[in-house]
Amino acid sequence: MALSNLFGRPRKDKEGGADAADADAVVVPSRVLAPFLNGLAARQRPVLLDLGPVVGSNVTFFGEEVGCKIFVEDLSADIDRHVNEGTIHDLPAFFERRFPQEADTVDGILCWDIFDYMERPAAEQLAGQLMRLLRPEGLLLAFFGTADPRSSPNPTYTRHVVVDRGHLRHRPYQAARAKQKPSVNRDIQRLFEPLRIAENVLLKTNLREVLFRKPADAAAASTAGILPAPS
Amino acid sequence: MWKRDEGVKPASDVTPSAQPPQSSMPGTPQPAPRPQTGRDAVNIGKSVVIKGELSGSEDLTIEGQVEGKIELKDNILTIGANGKIKAQVFAKALIVLGEVTGNVTASEKVEIRDGGSVDGDIISPRVAIAEGAHFRGSVDMQRKAAPASQPSKSAQPAAQAAASVPQPVAR
Repeated sequence: MALSNLFGRPRKDKEGGADAADADAVVVPSRVLAPFLNGLAARQRPVLLDLGPVVGSNVTFFGEEVGCKIFVEDLSADIDRHVNEGTIHDLPAFFERRFPQEADTVDGILCWDIFDYMERPAAEQLAGQLMRLLRPEGLLLAFFGTADPRSSPNPTYTRHVVVDRGHLRHRPYQAARAKQKPSVNRDIQRLFEPLRIAENVLLKTNLREVLFRKPADAAAASTAGILPAPS
Repeated sequence: MWKRDEGVKPASDVTPSAQPPQSSMPGTPQPAPRPQTGRDAVNIGKSVVIKGELSGSEDLTIEGQVEGKIELKDNILTIGANGKIKAQVFAKALIVLGEVTGNVTASEKVEIRDGGSVDGDIISPRVAIAEGAHFRGSVDMQRKAAPASQPSKSAQPAAQAAASVPQPVAR
């Protein structure tokens, strides 16, 4: 049994039509989801970008809880396609043109754990694009595994289903590639500079939850195409 | 063929006195009584192809193909499992079991059911996307609830529950 399962509460509400993956689903606490929601709710008609697979209940939850406009862009499907086509090394170039939206147009971004599945060049390109999209004082939520995932024989993505403001249900599903080498805290911080870390929590499940906030001065730099050099 | 489709009969709308008396002759097929729903429903069969603008004031189920624009602003539009729509859609409620490509505006709700597919932007106060449905685009749900700075009532118990979750081991 995975270590994370020891600290997760097993799913209790088994539904008749639930798929087999639900058997592996666990409910885990989230310490950054509530501040993320509070930050979004304070904004006028916020725009949310979800980089995970489409989860109907999440769309309903965020729509009703925050009243936001939600864009769902499933990057795990993009990664799988590149793996299957043998073009995974083109991922950085792909991310460069993946998001046609204008700069400073998104209030919140749900990255979930997508950064765990890519190498540093792709992660840097993606992070740069997301920082471009984020409005001043916008929020970015990302999870990072801290345990070595490569021991797992069957690679999986995780579908993060919101249970409530403090809990997520993790539902694994098949992936074309495994998680890559875990990033240390310092690398995570540098990856998203000049964003500020609003919350950084390491859960007992070995999952690091990070909530970034885009400072107003960084917004001016990003629109001008100038980002401050890492300190 | 005489069997009544119980799945589409709204029980509350049928007047008991409207039902005919039971036949006293066994074996004699009786036409099924038409439920008095107070609402007409129309089907567009799967061999029908429509190009252009489609509008009306009746509930509509489309099993065929429609390209252009569909306006049923006070009615329910159902895209059946065989339906293929490439159109802007305006309806009171939209239920999708087939394929929709185009932007959707519904004043009440949009449901994408298992096997249904929507490629486009959705504007509706209620959106339900079933497991197994395909969706690509954006969802805009205009909130009618309390001011944004106030946490919703449903959030308060959740916040209390969050206080009991395991504490982080590092920060």
